[in-house]
Amino acid sequence: MSTLAPSRTEQSDDVPVDLRPLRRLKRNRLLLQLACVAVSLFMVVPFYLIAVAAFSSPAAMNEFPLRFLPTAFSVETMSTFLSSTGVGAGLINSLIVAVGTLALSLVVGAPAGYAIARYVFKGRDQYQLFLLFTRALPIVVLSVPLAELFLNVGMYDTPLAVVLLHTALTLPTTILVTASVFLAVPVDVEEAARIFGCGPLGAFGRVVLPLALPGISAASIFTFVLSWNEVLGATILTLNQRTLPATVLSSLSDSPLTFRFAGGFFLIVPALIFIAVMRKYLINMWGTTIR
Amino acid sequence: MTRTELVREGARGGRASRSRRLSPALLLISPSIILMLLLFAWPMVAGILQAFQSPDGLGLDHIERMVGDGQFGPAVRNTLLLIVVLLPVQFVLAIVMALLLHQRPKGQGLYFYLWAVPIAVSDLAAGLVWLAIFTDNGYLNSALSTIGVGPVSWLSYTNPTSQFTAILVAELWRATSLVMVIVVSGLQGIPKDYDEAANVFGATYWTRLRHVWLPLLKPSLQVALILRTILAFQTFAVAQALTGQDFPLLVGETYRFYTALQNPNVASALALVVMFVSMAAAFLYLRVLRDGTKGAAR
Repeated sequence: MSTLAPSRTEQSDDVPVDLRPLRRLKRNRLLLQLACVAVSLFMVVPFYLIAVAAFSSPAAMNEFPLRFLPTAFSVETMSTFLSSTGVGAGLINSLIVAVGTLALSLVVGAPAGYAIARYVFKGRDQYQLFLLFTRALPIVVLSVPLAELFLNVGMYDTPLAVVLLHTALTLPTTILVTASVFLAVPVDVEEAARIFGCGPLGAFGRVVLPLALPGISAASIFTFVLSWNEVLGATILTLNQRTLPATVLSSLSDSPLTFRFAGGFFLIVPALIFIAVMRKYLINMWGTTIR
Repeated sequence: MTRTELVREGARGGRASRSRRLSPALLLISPSIILMLLLFAWPMVAGILQAFQSPDGLGLDHIERMVGDGQFGPAVRNTLLLIVVLLPVQFVLAIVMALLLHQRPKGQGLYFYLWAVPIAVSDLAAGLVWLAIFTDNGYLNSALSTIGVGPVSWLSYTNPTSQFTAILVAELWRATSLVMVIVVSGLQGIPKDYDEAANVFGATYWTRLRHVWLPLLKPSLQVALILRTILAFQTFAVAQALTGQDFPLLVGETYRFYTALQNPNVASALALVVMFVSMAAAFLYLRVLRDGTKGAAR
């Protein structure tokens, strides 16, 4: 270091150093940062604006031009939204449906994921192809005939009907994600547990499950968000037992703008939490599940 | 590793132990198969019957009603137009975003988080967010008024171009993150050696992009492309939130026939149209995917 420093100054005294590559590098880093900031603005500004709209007083939202800073802060818009008819019940229904979907798709999907990860069986490839195929289908579109079927068996307008539809929607993803999670658990530890006297269920419950739990909970949060976000099927399959997005959608045409802004903000909150929690898993989930 | 071991074990044990190996797997996957068939095949058949029902048995009454509806043509046209315009823009943006992150800018963790957040936003919520911006007294007009540009009714049916643009921007905002995450994970899967080799031979950034990264990204891009195509056919709540019924899309028409017009038969017919178009795309998806993996280095 000490020998390098003088020689550098010496050099700059005698021959002019070509600083152009350095400058070009600096300029490129600057442009890179500018581009990143520009994209970030496009992604973030809408979130900021809907938050300002949802937390401004209704009177301020009637002004024109609107204020870009939250100077008229008030929780009136949000509290009006949350106390409107249907919103409280819709919130409860949404939570019931999302948790029900999560539970059902784990109960049905995790064993299937385990089977894909651990067993070679006839039709394994066909089964995976079937999953990919159903995953690509707009199953929600089938909610119109499903509504008719649910009417006949007396299940129309119940959270269970929506849970079933959402499970069909999320199940392929749950299976593929849990399969990749179980694949990541070394089979050796399971065999070791068996050697030391665990039954197949014991080995699964005591050794595999704890190791797979982080990945499985990531898949669960994903299922929760899919169900929370789904609106078309939930609207078609219910009439009075609406979920929150279905409530907002069906009252779009006859609700004031402030109600819609508050609804929009409220629907986004779980998304923000979801990505914050899932940041580490995002690439793994989309990278591995899709193939 | 695990699979080959199990296969070997099964082969060693002969026929009896193999059938014992088979049954737990089938036991484990059968609930999922039954559930999917119940919730997919059954309504599919019921939907076809519903769509082709007529006073005297089977007939094309509902199909004629669907095709004859004034909104059907525009709905098909808008849906296709949205896909054709949205997807190229979306993919260019997503690739640019992924490449920016690939250059490891300072704060890349934060950027990745911010750019990925819309992935979890529902299309209804995205529509409502951009409604706050594009509505007559919204933030866009507020911003324009400060530089003296008069208010524009972006979402009015008299302005079909700006209606379309608003929906396009909202979808671009909401769904580009998904493509970006897929491309980022694809870029991470490319061995650094290729890039370094190209660098050693003096390839410029553009040469490396064209001849190293993009070809190696092809499988990821194909998957993302078909996935997004199928999802784009289902675009619905964004348009509902932004323009109501003024900008018809296929799934939106299903919703309108079911709720407003109370005609489940035509709604079923429309649903089947979306279904079959997506199925065609899904078949394409699987074909392209197989060819893609065959061609890839693995």
